[in-house]
Amino acid sequence: MSVLVDISHRLGDFAIDARFESAGRLTALFGPSGSGKTTLINMIAGLIRPDKGRIEIDGRVLVDTGAGIFVPRHKRRIGMVFQDARLFPHMSVISNLRYGRWFTPAAERYADMDSVVELLGISPLLGRRPAKLSGGEKQRVAIGRALLASPKLLLMDEPLASLDEARKAEILPYIERLRDETKIPIVYVSHSVAEVARLASDVVMLAQGKVTASGPTEAVMQRLDLLPAEERGEGGAVLDTKVLRHDETFGMTVLGSAAGEIRVPRLEMKPGASVRIRIRARDVMVATEKPTGLSALNILPGTIVAISPGEGPTVEVGIDCNGATVLARITEQSRQALKLRPGGKVLAVVKTVSFDRANTGAGLPLEADG
Amino acid sequence: MNWLLDLTPDEWNAVRLSIKVATVAMIASLPPGIAIALLLARGKFWGKTLFNGLVHLPLILPPVVTGYLLLLTFGRRGPAGAFLAEHLGIVFSFRWTGAALACGVMGFPLMVRAIRLSIEAVDRKMEAAAGTLGANPVWVFGTITLPLILPGLIAGAILSFAKAMGEFGATITFVSNIPGETQTLPSAIYTFTQVPGGDEGALRLTLISIVISMAALVASEVLARRVGRRMDIE
Repeated sequence: MSVLVDISHRLGDFAIDARFESAGRLTALFGPSGSGKTTLINMIAGLIRPDKGRIEIDGRVLVDTGAGIFVPRHKRRIGMVFQDARLFPHMSVISNLRYGRWFTPAAERYADMDSVVELLGISPLLGRRPAKLSGGEKQRVAIGRALLASPKLLLMDEPLASLDEARKAEILPYIERLRDETKIPIVYVSHSVAEVARLASDVVMLAQGKVTASGPTEAVMQRLDLLPAEERGEGGAVLDTKVLRHDETFGMTVLGSAAGEIRVPRLEMKPGASVRIRIRARDVMVATEKPTGLSALNILPGTIVAISPGEGPTVEVGIDCNGATVLARITEQSRQALKLRPGGKVLAVVKTVSFDRANTGAGLPLEADG
Repeated sequence: MNWLLDLTPDEWNAVRLSIKVATVAMIASLPPGIAIALLLARGKFWGKTLFNGLVHLPLILPPVVTGYLLLLTFGRRGPAGAFLAEHLGIVFSFRWTGAALACGVMGFPLMVRAIRLSIEAVDRKMEAAAGTLGANPVWVFGTITLPLILPGLIAGAILSFAKAMGEFGATITFVSNIPGETQTLPSAIYTFTQVPGGDEGALRLTLISIVISMAALVASEVLARRVGRRMDIE
């Protein structure tokens, strides 16, 4: 499955001129508010007609302004989960869920009610009215409703943005299950580094209506300079790891990654399970020789591959640790004191406690609580 | 109590006729009422203000003028009246159907206004969501828009019914005051007040008129509340 978007569009003073292509399981459209990501996703859904351009899903042309093609939204078979859920207030939860199914040709229905209800944990809600649901429950029902229309592509427009942290933590695992257990490709709009790092296989980064970077999450998230200002502190390396073992004595979990073993607070997951972790650049210290008398548990040897100026007195140091790049944000003063330069051998030091739940995408909330 | 229910055949006819005329006027007004409310709420076209004024005309014209205009257009020799009589066999002049037409026209602006307001209150994002789920515009209207504007539809229908129950000027101008055919409650009351000793009959019909109007109002309240509860709109 591939998504191709190549459009230009004008909305008053704001111009969007974006082109990207992605074949990922979950492609994140990532950028600050006002960067045009919601407009783009609305164009894919058919809610906005672009001035000019082309949109293709798996070779099927949905929009081609040159050839005068514009497939109306109800014929696109693209599911959409809105930020504000948009459940139909005059229908019960079960009627909301059944709504899209009704319009899907029988031969093309692949989603069945029982497994979707099970996947999203919404069976206790079926008889209720949308007004009686919490924000998180509404969002889960909205996801289910979109899924039950058996879409060829699922769009999610900041589905977590209007929820508080607890509700976000409640929904994130379901979106991960969706990504891992269903075959529907997902395009996910977000302005949060934490969400994107945890969920996305591919990232399209947007700023002021233009694509500034796109590609696999690990690579794109290295570009700290492209992050919106308010999210820059959250930026850092994204590593895919596996659970090696649990350290029962100290309540920790040991993860194996290309860079070496990484100790994080205990995760309730079985050995062998995949965990994606984000190491914030501001949480990484750089040492030129093996530190002694230091409390930090994770010390990863590597080679400096890049040093780029950061904000104010900082520089960002990219350290290649056996194929995995770890980013460190340090001061220019430290860089000079340690005489850091590309090619130098260093150690990246990360405290175990700098891993919280937001950057170790870990399991269902009922299984893990920190 | 007895004197109240002891109606003469003519009085009964007036009561029955009024209810029939008001019901037909209300039901026949609904489809065009919804269509024009939709057009006014969502349409963008040249001359919309003028069109809106036209729809509201019966509200501001003297009813006698409206009735006379109806007579000119839908009378036996009026352009629309002659056409309908010849091709569809529908005759309005001096028939109860004419009374229903006059009542429907008089209540139309009230109905359109109520429906239009409820359409404008509909969250169009809901319709967009239904579209992404595969519903074409007709289905979206039937399954999302229509249920969401139901309270407005009920309110508009009741306003139209109540207006029809009270309509006098346009009706009597257009179809006159023929007992058993076009003599509705207000016409009958008017007739009673014009003859000596008609006070008792006038009072009886007045009370009945009040009861019917109140009943319609209460019924609409109950209905609207039930719809509202079913919908639980946040």
